Amino acid sequence: MRQLASLKTALTGNYAVAYAVKMAKPHVIAAYPITPQTTIVEKLSEFVAKGELRASFVNVESEFSALATVYGASMAGARAFTATSSHGLFYMYEMLWWAAGSRAPIVMAVVTRTVGPPWNIHDEHNDILAIRDSGWAVAMASSVQEAFDLTVQAFRLAEKAYIPVAVGLDGFVLSHTVETLELPPQELVDEFLPPRSPNAPMPLRPGLPLTFGNIPSDDRIHAEHLKRIYWAHQEAKKAIKEIDAEYGKLLGRSYGGLVERRWLEDAKYAVVCMGAWCGDAEAAVESLRREGVPVGLMRLRFIRPFPDEEVAELEAAEKVVVFDRDITPAGGVLGREVASVLGRDKVVDVVAGIAGVDFKASDFKAAFRKALEAEKGVVLI
Amino acid sequence: MGLELIPISRPAPGSGGLTGTWRTLKPLVDLAKCIDCGICWLYCPEAVIDWEKGKKISIDYAYCKGCGICAHECPVKAIEMAPEET
Repeated sequence: MRQLASLKTALTGNYAVAYAVKMAKPHVIAAYPITPQTTIVEKLSEFVAKGELRASFVNVESEFSALATVYGASMAGARAFTATSSHGLFYMYEMLWWAAGSRAPIVMAVVTRTVGPPWNIHDEHNDILAIRDSGWAVAMASSVQEAFDLTVQAFRLAEKAYIPVAVGLDGFVLSHTVETLELPPQELVDEFLPPRSPNAPMPLRPGLPLTFGNIPSDDRIHAEHLKRIYWAHQEAKKAIKEIDAEYGKLLGRSYGGLVERRWLEDAKYAVVCMGAWCGDAEAAVESLRREGVPVGLMRLRFIRPFPDEEVAELEAAEKVVVFDRDITPAGGVLGREVASVLGRDKVVDVVAGIAGVDFKASDFKAAFRKALEAEKGVVLI
Repeated sequence: MGLELIPISRPAPGSGGLTGTWRTLKPLVDLAKCIDCGICWLYCPEAVIDWEKGKKISIDYAYCKGCGICAHECPVKAIEMAPEET
């Protein structure tokens, strides 16, 4: 690695994302500036107002419009960013499918928070998981540093794979919590993430009139188009690993691609989870190992594309305990996804920490033991 | 990857089909009465009237839907809406 000084500092998760976006030099940022918005876009608007970031900052009247604006900008070749959370994400729902279906390489930060009723603003993953089938790539950070790194990586991924990328960070636990991180020098970010090519194969061009998203002359055209999005996600798995590895070479940190693995080589039991609480899960797993329990940890960084191949590595484990910070009428989302790879006999799905209820390392240990007793199915904490 | 990334349509004349077949009334122009003002050309919602100053007008009946706006707007009543022959 070349010797260019990184800046060691302390930031909230929101500001870390804002700095990452600033260094990615987007052309267009659009946001709805009222609840449930976050200080991500507040900080970005400050950068633009001070002239530190040369971007168009568009204040819009709703999240639907925010995504529509960056969607249009992206289709015209711009690098575009927006951020939202919870109900704001759901207000975008229709536009999410249009952006992904149009292969618009947007990056969006999603600060994960509960969905009402009752009214509650605390951490939960239900909001971001609800977009998993829309065609977006969906990732979750586990630390403020990773929120920064993942945001920078997301632009590369989006613009390579022509898939919009949602970068998730846990509400309050990361978004409003100050942690230390390293901000890389701008030169290295520029090298990792060159400006979006002006020759980007996007259709909106002055002097080249055409229509996209209109009624297909044959339904089979639409069907083929949908299949291509499936294949694009399959191909994106490779791109995610390569981008993460390249980021590591250039900027000093990489995480393992779609998943991060800890102590899995000799693991009889595996814990699977996603997001900020994986730090607590790691502490619990480490403590269990000290007590002689052969347990390892797989942290999902991406749930779309889903790391099927990586999860399949857990075949060797006797029991896999999945921790879901979400709940649906069918159980936890990750539990069902992991069971779709490993079978339902091997997987216990622990639903915990929903509605923002605090869940500590000691709670992970207790829940892990409860899960082993349950042997399979869903355990609600 | 290129423009084939997503299904697109390029503009082409009559991409919606020969809409002239929808017509029940046909605008017939009396060029002797026509004063070459271009108002019908301006008002035609389908842009099927060609007009160049000094050459008067011509109508593309392949795409004219027969709405009659040109006849309504003509200041010298040079356009008559005649029933389409069936």
